[in-house]
Amino acid sequence: MSKFIKLLLPAILAIATSLRAQETEDLLSLVEDEKEPKKEFVKSAFKSPRVINSHSMEFLSPGVMDFRILHRFGPVDQGLKTLFGLDQASMRLGFDFGLRRNLMAGFGRSTYKKELDGYIKYAPLMQSTGEGQFPFTLALVAGMTLNTLEWQDPSIENYFSSRLNYYFQAVIGRKFSESVTLQVIPTMVHKNLVPLHTQPNDLYSLGFGGRIKMSKRIAFTWDYFYRFNADTAGIYHNPLSIGCDIETGGHVFQLHFSNAIGMNEPAFITETTGSWGKGEVRFGFNLSRVFQLKKKKTA
Amino acid sequence: MKRFLIISVFLLTGFLGIAQDKYYTKAGNIQFDATAAKSPEKITGGNHASVCVLDTKTGALQFSVPMSGFEFEKALMQEHFNENYVETKLFPKAEFRGSITNHAAVQYSKDGTYKVRVKGNLVMHGVTKEVVTEGEILVKGGKILAKAGFTVTLLDYNIKIPTVVADKVGAQARIVVDCSLEPLVK
Repeated sequence: MSKFIKLLLPAILAIATSLRAQETEDLLSLVEDEKEPKKEFVKSAFKSPRVINSHSMEFLSPGVMDFRILHRFGPVDQGLKTLFGLDQASMRLGFDFGLRRNLMAGFGRSTYKKELDGYIKYAPLMQSTGEGQFPFTLALVAGMTLNTLEWQDPSIENYFSSRLNYYFQAVIGRKFSESVTLQVIPTMVHKNLVPLHTQPNDLYSLGFGGRIKMSKRIAFTWDYFYRFNADTAGIYHNPLSIGCDIETGGHVFQLHFSNAIGMNEPAFITETTGSWGKGEVRFGFNLSRVFQLKKKKTA
Repeated sequence: MKRFLIISVFLLTGFLGIAQDKYYTKAGNIQFDATAAKSPEKITGGNHASVCVLDTKTGALQFSVPMSGFEFEKALMQEHFNENYVETKLFPKAEFRGSITNHAAVQYSKDGTYKVRVKGNLVMHGVTKEVVTEGEILVKGGKILAKAGFTVTLLDYNIKIPTVVADKVGAQARIVVDCSLEPLVK
């Protein structure tokens, strides 16, 4: 018996201590949840709530205001005479507000047609991971614009409603990976008054937008709208913008080339006269600076 | 034979005893402050969802901190923290595995405040580094309060602060841990 013990005891002790050692190494696993991780909404699909011209699937956080300064210069093909269009600039000033996790609103004013614009953006579905995850974000946008130019022909009876345009949009987007985000943007623009009978009052279009992150702070972006019932006269073109987002701490610079000059949906979707094919492209930038209006308690 | 029985009983009770010796929380409080010396704004964040387990028998102490759980006053700070600095998607958790080195000095069954030294490995942003710090164990009415503070150099964990924000975000972060632990009943 004593021989048996002498042999067995070290074995038991060895097993016991190894078990103990394992247990001290894995204290955390004792309290870890076995169920799926908590639901988390996917964030930072884009650096900013706009891809370039188009709304993006991204929302501002509640209590955040985004002050946006947008510039579109003249056509690049004018060459040195206008320093590749930099002599002329069209601009929009805008303020966007994050109201809820999935609700934001904004307004702005453009020099192009002296237009005021405003919108509300709401996401009934948001991409999320973990328990009850969802694969994509659906954001609905409704906006209107008000043209404040003087009447072209004051001698006739003009209606205030003629100054108004509306747009309705669904942004369906997914952040596929840390670097790739894609979205499709079915859009309807309604104009109360169109200048030519060849132009439809209701214009239907399908937009595409996306970004590819090149580094932590630089991303390649683009957006494009295909118009289904475009004007038959062929004056206007589908707007295509290609650019990059550069984030520098507090600011996001969106530098890009685009054939569009308008900076609200009815303007850039239905009134883009430039053509990429003819080289009628403009340089432009969006400058975004966010301010935290309502601070979150952390302590 | 007698000796064998005694040893067996001893080992068995040792096993059974282990579960009651552990204390834990899933709502541990961890604050950090990485404000640079002359920064106009405070760079601070707080986490209230850290997991901490203390084995009072061995003095082993472990933490698991979900990086996405850090909250900031400003949403942009939180975005930059997750996107640019700690890269939460790649490294979702920070972990500390170590022990109380002067374990024998703490009487967990008796109310009181005990100064402790803690040593272990902190894994953050994919980098493992040894951390040695002093803390405090407060035993009161069957609960244990564990407190500690230490400073980490961000570059040690491969977290680079670009020069444009270096006037706001410092090279080091002061981390304060404050966990209220309850007995782990399994």
